[in-house]
Amino acid sequence: MSSSQQSEGTGSVKAGAQSRPLSPHLQIYRWQWTMLYSIMHRASGIALVAALVLIVVWLMVLAYGIGAYHAFNDFFAPFYLKIPLVALSWCGSYHLLNGVRHLVWDIGFGFELAHARISGHTVMAGSVLLTGLLLLGTNLSLS
Amino acid sequence: MSAHHSQYQSAIARVRGKGSARSGTMHWWWQRLTAIALIPLGLWVMIQAFRIAGASYSELMLWFSSSVNAILLGAFLIAGFYHAMLGLQVVLEDYVHTPWVKLVSLIAVKLVGILLCMTGLFLIIRLVIAAQSGG
Repeated sequence: MSSSQQSEGTGSVKAGAQSRPLSPHLQIYRWQWTMLYSIMHRASGIALVAALVLIVVWLMVLAYGIGAYHAFNDFFAPFYLKIPLVALSWCGSYHLLNGVRHLVWDIGFGFELAHARISGHTVMAGSVLLTGLLLLGTNLSLS
Repeated sequence: MSAHHSQYQSAIARVRGKGSARSGTMHWWWQRLTAIALIPLGLWVMIQAFRIAGASYSELMLWFSSSVNAILLGAFLIAGFYHAMLGLQVVLEDYVHTPWVKLVSLIAVKLVGILLCMTGLFLIIRLVIAAQSGG
């Protein structure tokens, strides 16, 4: 979903040294589910970059030794710090399933608006389900 | 103009590669290829992450003593970082318009990504060697 400059209120586009007014779009156009699923695909993708960095950090912690590992685990012990981790795994599930939806589009299927909407709902429900399943199999204590 | 090889080229040959990005097809293909690889790899990583989260250090060293685990995790890092760098490129190109800021951030993000990926791969190798020799 590529877009030119978006800003709040009246909105404007900077082209060179000039700031030109932009006609309102987000405030006017009726929101579709497909739009929401699309922007969530992008948002979850960006969030997952943090997950990748966290994995490398975790590897560093492990290589550093058992003391560092315990400190790392203690850091993530509080419940409110486990929530972002679960949120990241939901991002992973959503981005993976919606990615499959994108790949199916690349093959050429599912472009009818009704189908796109249904597949989007399915992906959303599936991502919640997948995250739930992962949590069930977890070694993490969530209390 | 005097004789130039382009007079022997077809019109399409003359214009290929002249667009601003010169080639977008490779980006599209690699995004899809890494995505396909990341379906099983990503699922595997998520399952493993939830299984070994909070486990004891020795249990983790046991996990790292498996060469299969090490190779799959390494493959995930390579495919994951490549996919992420391609994706972030699109995001930056969409939202950053000042030319020099866009160029600098694109370069910085990609270089940092490569560095992080190499760090991760190095650490995996170190951990596997430690786990397989000493435990």
